[in-house]
Amino acid sequence: MIRASLALARRALRNTARRPQFAAPLLVMPTLFLAANVGGLTRSTALPGFPPVNSFLNFQLAGSMTQALLLGGVSSGIAVALEIEDGFFDRLVISPIPRVAIVLGRLAATAVLAFTQVLYFLLIGTIFGGGPEGGVIGFAAIVAIGVIAGIAFGAIGVTIALRARTVSTVQGIFPLVLVVLFVSSAFFPRGLLEVPARQIAAFNPLSYIADGLRNPIVGSVSAGPVLEGLAAAVGLAAAAIALAVWSLRVRLRAV
Amino acid sequence: MAAIETERLSRRFKGGLTAVDAIDLSVEAGEVYGFLGPNGAGKTTTVRMLVTLLRPTGGRAMVAGHDVARDPDAVRRRIGVALQEAALDGLMTGRELVELQATLHGIAPSAVRTRGQDLLERVGLVEAQDRRVATYSGGMKRRLDLALALIHEPAVLFLDEPTTGLDPVSRMTLWEEVRRLKDRGTTVFLTTQYLEEADRLADRLGIISQGRIVAEGTPAALKAEIGHPHLELAFAGDAPDLDAAATVMAAFGPPEVLRELEKVRVPLPDGAASIAAVVRALDEKGLGVAALELVEPTLDDVFAAKTGRHLEGA
Repeated sequence: MIRASLALARRALRNTARRPQFAAPLLVMPTLFLAANVGGLTRSTALPGFPPVNSFLNFQLAGSMTQALLLGGVSSGIAVALEIEDGFFDRLVISPIPRVAIVLGRLAATAVLAFTQVLYFLLIGTIFGGGPEGGVIGFAAIVAIGVIAGIAFGAIGVTIALRARTVSTVQGIFPLVLVVLFVSSAFFPRGLLEVPARQIAAFNPLSYIADGLRNPIVGSVSAGPVLEGLAAAVGLAAAAIALAVWSLRVRLRAV
Repeated sequence: MAAIETERLSRRFKGGLTAVDAIDLSVEAGEVYGFLGPNGAGKTTTVRMLVTLLRPTGGRAMVAGHDVARDPDAVRRRIGVALQEAALDGLMTGRELVELQATLHGIAPSAVRTRGQDLLERVGLVEAQDRRVATYSGGMKRRLDLALALIHEPAVLFLDEPTTGLDPVSRMTLWEEVRRLKDRGTTVFLTTQYLEEADRLADRLGIISQGRIVAEGTPAALKAEIGHPHLELAFAGDAPDLDAAATVMAAFGPPEVLRELEKVRVPLPDGAASIAAVVRALDEKGLGVAALELVEPTLDDVFAAKTGRHLEGA
């Protein structure tokens, strides 16, 4: 199963690189968001209740990472839906490999993509904002939360693709992704959000993932936010992977 | 032991459509079995059940000695499949796809490259192996699909309309490969809507219509079953006496006057051996023959006789 999963992951990564029209937005769009937010909202750090940060860019980096990881999840879903539509999925199903390898291969590729996305935004932060302040432990925490969250979002994308079976439906979830992101603390401190967004953000796992990513960037590592972020990412990933595997089984049973 | 055996195999879809209705098939090992029928007859649904992509809703099917419903993994290890729409990843190169397929079929890492090269050579794609599949022609894609299906040397090969949309040269190339596979002892289950393809390649044929097998046998036996060759004659002169000719030809079999074509047709149980006698009899009555054609029964005639409709152009 490991060999098959790795082979499928390699293929998925290679195809992502060969499909620049899909790959570029995974970094370009969050970067543009980041530039627009930093360019226009820097003074919001002076708002009463805004937590102390070394720079607004560093505060926003976690939001941009979370957004990029979410887009990576949508992209994984689109890739699976494309395979279903063009019949390649059938080729995988006919192959004598454990079915779960189809999902695991895709998620392994998503994990590598997530790692790349996290590194990219840390590099942006290092160049323009002074870089993460949490040191090696902070870096490891950011990578761990980012990669696990990326896997979680990828599994959600795969689940939707397996249920919907069409690219257009998976693409249709993109606006919803943004809505879910904006009712979290990804781009703005939870304490400064208005009700009901503040209440929704309190239950939104994206808030904890973004806060966990942010903590080692804006200051020295605090166990609380990092562990909460890690827990949110792991919990979401476990639930989403289980859902993806279940969806695959349901799909194969239904035919 | 049969390579493929089905008993009352059925597939009913939600909404009540019965695509395959209790079909019984038996394909011997090493046989090329042609599965013939028009679009929507149930060919692809049957194949999808036999290759474990679709669950039967009734009956059972054994492929390479394993039940498709109870032991699908064992079936997958023994079969090769080239589906109707060559499901190839256009972003990958031919070599990458072949090597991925080899890995998925558990071929040892040390043998993956060699096996891939052998197959690419066999299907004539060595020069194009490092090009992305999206740049391949239809014929090249079909050949690559065939190579992928053969990567693990399957006991049973399913080819679902492998030549649909191909130019004549590509079609002939694929036919040659099917013949080579037969020579090597591979069982081939070939679905097609092309009569010529079925006639030339298949040892035996099953004709499916509206989900049911309506005829089965060798192409020659099926054609013989529905009748004899016909002799069609055209006569000299501007207004030949077709009725007089029909009267003479009645001595050889029940004649049929084709007025629009200005021809008379008569069945000839002995085929070409009786032609001279017919021409001589007509000549003795002063009816000069301008043209004649011995028309053998075709698989389309078989199909028409069994289903009441023609397959050609269906």
